[in-house]
Amino acid sequence: MAIDYQQKIPNNVDLGTDRRLQRALEHWQPRFLEWWRDLGPEGFMASDVYLRTATSVDAKGWAEFGHVKMPDYRWGVFLADREPDRTIGFGDYYGKPAWQEVPGEFRAPLRNLIVTQGDTEPASVEQQRLLGQTCPSLYDLRNLFQVNVEEGRHLWAMVYLLHAHFGRDGREEAEELLHRHSGDPDNPRILGTFNEPIDDWLSFFMFTYFTDRDGKFQLKSLAESGFDPLARTCQFMLTEEAHHMFVGETGIGRIIKRTNQMMADLKTDDPETLRKAGVIDLPLLQRYVNFWFSSCMDLFGSESSSNAATYFANGLKGRPDEKLKFEDHVVADAVYELEVPNGVEGPTIQEIPMRNAMNDIVRRAYIDDCRIGLTRWNRSIKKAGFDVEITLPSPHFRRSVGPWAGVHTDPAGNRVSAETFAAKASTWLPTEADRAYVKSLMVAVTEPGKMAGWIAPPDRGINSQAVNYDYVRIH
Amino acid sequence: MSNDHALQPIDSEMALTDTGQNADLVTYDRDPASYRHWSLSIDGEVATLTLAVDEAGGIKPGYALKLNSYDLGVDIEFHDAVQRLRFEHPGVKVVVVTSGLDRMFCAGANIYMLGQSSHGWKVNFCKFTNETRNGLEDSSTDGGLKFLAACNGATAGGGYEIALACDEILLIDDRTSAVSLPEVPLLGVLPGTGGLTRVTDKRKVRRDLADVFCTSEEGVRGKRALDWGLVDHLATGRTWESKTAERAEALAAQSSRPGVDAAHGAPHGVPMTPLERRIDADGYHYEYVDVALDRAARRTVLTVKAPTHDVAHTEPGIVAAGMDWWPLALARELDDAILMLRTNEEDVGLWVVKTEGDPAQVLAADAALVANKHHWFVKETIGMLRRTLARLDVSARSIYAVIDQGSCFAGTLFELALAADRSYMLDLPDEPEHAPAIALSEMNFGPYRMVNGLTRLQTRFPGDGAEALRDRIGQPLAAPDADEAGLVTFIPDDLDWDDEIRLALESRASLSPDALTGLEANLRFAGSETMLTRIFGRLSAWQNWIFNRPNAAGEQGALKRYGAGSRADFDWRRV
Repeated sequence: MAIDYQQKIPNNVDLGTDRRLQRALEHWQPRFLEWWRDLGPEGFMASDVYLRTATSVDAKGWAEFGHVKMPDYRWGVFLADREPDRTIGFGDYYGKPAWQEVPGEFRAPLRNLIVTQGDTEPASVEQQRLLGQTCPSLYDLRNLFQVNVEEGRHLWAMVYLLHAHFGRDGREEAEELLHRHSGDPDNPRILGTFNEPIDDWLSFFMFTYFTDRDGKFQLKSLAESGFDPLARTCQFMLTEEAHHMFVGETGIGRIIKRTNQMMADLKTDDPETLRKAGVIDLPLLQRYVNFWFSSCMDLFGSESSSNAATYFANGLKGRPDEKLKFEDHVVADAVYELEVPNGVEGPTIQEIPMRNAMNDIVRRAYIDDCRIGLTRWNRSIKKAGFDVEITLPSPHFRRSVGPWAGVHTDPAGNRVSAETFAAKASTWLPTEADRAYVKSLMVAVTEPGKMAGWIAPPDRGINSQAVNYDYVRIH
Repeated sequence: MSNDHALQPIDSEMALTDTGQNADLVTYDRDPASYRHWSLSIDGEVATLTLAVDEAGGIKPGYALKLNSYDLGVDIEFHDAVQRLRFEHPGVKVVVVTSGLDRMFCAGANIYMLGQSSHGWKVNFCKFTNETRNGLEDSSTDGGLKFLAACNGATAGGGYEIALACDEILLIDDRTSAVSLPEVPLLGVLPGTGGLTRVTDKRKVRRDLADVFCTSEEGVRGKRALDWGLVDHLATGRTWESKTAERAEALAAQSSRPGVDAAHGAPHGVPMTPLERRIDADGYHYEYVDVALDRAARRTVLTVKAPTHDVAHTEPGIVAAGMDWWPLALARELDDAILMLRTNEEDVGLWVVKTEGDPAQVLAADAALVANKHHWFVKETIGMLRRTLARLDVSARSIYAVIDQGSCFAGTLFELALAADRSYMLDLPDEPEHAPAIALSEMNFGPYRMVNGLTRLQTRFPGDGAEALRDRIGQPLAAPDADEAGLVTFIPDDLDWDDEIRLALESRASLSPDALTGLEANLRFAGSETMLTRIFGRLSAWQNWIFNRPNAAGEQGALKRYGAGSRADFDWRRV
């Protein structure tokens, strides 16, 4: 049976005429749908969800809104428009024409980069599959599903690259992306943190704020790639990733707003009193920030990494905003000053070749980006009249990867003993009681316009719709 | 492969302390209580050796041992642990080699260590690791200790080579962990610790698939690894423990070691007491072995002594003597002396091997070995002697045996003369009663097979020549008889002796060390190839050639450039 791919799979990659790609996707698509039904959002497959669908990459087509059942979502394949005569922007091939085909020499590392990135996309859908059942509002439920289908589309984007450019190996890797499952002891997802379930909405907002932002910076680095199809794919993915971070930033902002109101009403910031009133106290929120931020630090890899150096040297993965923010794009001999632990003392500076420090350079850009939302949140706390600030912990705090792995510090990055760390952990990181309390708040609210008591309504709805619009029609 | 960062180059200058003793002297003494990288646990007939490399525990400064990558120090502990299992734990029939790291079995030899090491250090390191791998296979033959590689994560390069030396390979099937030999694509060198050879010769992987496998950075995982014959079994995370236990049990059934008897438990092992050795400016001194260094002349006299009292010859007596039983004490001391010389005395290119003592005592010891050869402890002792003598065969040093008055080149000790590149035996035509004699024993006709699968006599006399010598077992052979039988090279008489020996030593010491290494490595292994001769000859030789080539070891070479973020700059001409 002939399938109209142009219709079924919105794309700008000539899917209609590429027989090889068609064959690959014919094989893969049913498996993807099967995976989505089995491991996608649980309990809402029949619901009509007000989703945004990309049908082209121009301003008009990238955001078409309408109610759709998620299994019928049109996952598309889009690459940003090709920049004519694009050259490689960094590394040893700087200035040479960008590759339109995979260079044989870099087939394996490019495939690994794509598979590692691709693996996180379905992983997060799996991690979040039960969240819908405790949504704080239909507005939030819709946002969750929008995030989920877009992670699904990002998987499609990576699978397209594997199918289009990596032959049989690519097809096999694409299948593996559906075979690995988050939290499955036999077939776990590649990155450890993507195997932990996300089963409360505070964690979901933290994930979209912090973890998806890691995704953003990985995509920004890959968007610089000398392999042009990868660069263009990632450029387009970034437009969607922005929405995920919007969900995170406004989600946490709305929680803070609600807590501000309650603190003003009750004239106290005492956590016990606030918990009795059913809102999330700021010290708890700070502990969640400490936890999620520090987990994300590890996602960038070791501060000094030979893989990162090789990726950069070979023009495979650059720095975010390579062209805009840096002058030297070859960095053959440049040196980077890295903070490393010094015995039991605080950090000392170690000079390493700049190319080996690429992970840390991306990490620093990420940290700066993380601060922006915190500034907004803190402004709202201050405006409400409270002298509290949410802060980011030190990048050395609670690390499992890199030179700071296993080194005990307080959230500010001061070295402490293992005993002190153990004794203070309950003030720095979420406790069982914190998690139990957050969980106790997770009760579904599905009446249009209504919000759970621990979160303020959004300032405005989606696509100029009212906040009380029926974003999800649950059947 | 590991991703760690090179902090500083290895200091190639070796400081001398005021006693003349090398401050950086490498010794091979280890004790499980102070292992930094391995842990050993024993449950009934199954021992588990778990690798969790201490990143900061390199034997030399300048690199971090990340991702369970290893250097000489890690391998010395591995060797020590296997030795202890052989002698201290006769109840153990199978050794499970596994990793204590998450999703990482072993990343192989540390690249930064290789990149910074001198050529000699690399070659010596590879030789020792090769010998340790061969030692696993040697122990496994004839119903000995069995090895299961339980690869619970990525198994790359030298990590896979450890697995290849085991009897069976079990790989975790988590859709991520692969076995790989990425040396060629990543580092521009070969999987030189037997990997390339064992893939085809031991595991019978088809050569075209081996070509694909050995040029792929990421290797092969799961079912394909099984289909290609790269591993023997797969297990998922949930079935891992049970599958490991099942395969360990199956391998244990193939071992004839004493094991653990339901009624009586396991026989007592023999504790490996620390080796007693004195090091001074002149050499290394043991009870039965003495190394006298003459650094100016670039040679050493290695003297091996016969037992000075009757050796135990009954099972209880032998076990009671334990580490002090002469055949084992000798083997341990000689083994240590060879390793110390190879590692610490690169310039000393000529080893003059002598013996001292009563040949009758040596033959009596051999008789005890033969009479008790089925006892586990004696079997392990013979194995140790076999592996020690095999180290001589692959040592890149000239070896001359000097058979003079008071020597005891008999039986086991005559193997030293057979291992030598040539031998000089004193002829005393005027005082035959004082003339040295050599003697053959049963031990020269089987137990000490070389890596070519032949005895040293068979290697010396291709065809049936060796078998014909059986008639002469036990007969003292003076120089003319030994010469006539082809067992020695030259037999100068007492008038010529001193000058002949002096000229022989001086002349050898003047020749190109490289050419000699090549010459000796060729001549020592006459006859047909085996997997091990292919490893030591073909694979090691090519590897050592590549190690010397700019494409690997030059400043722009793959080995030097690895991890520093720039690509190798190859000279594309094929040589």
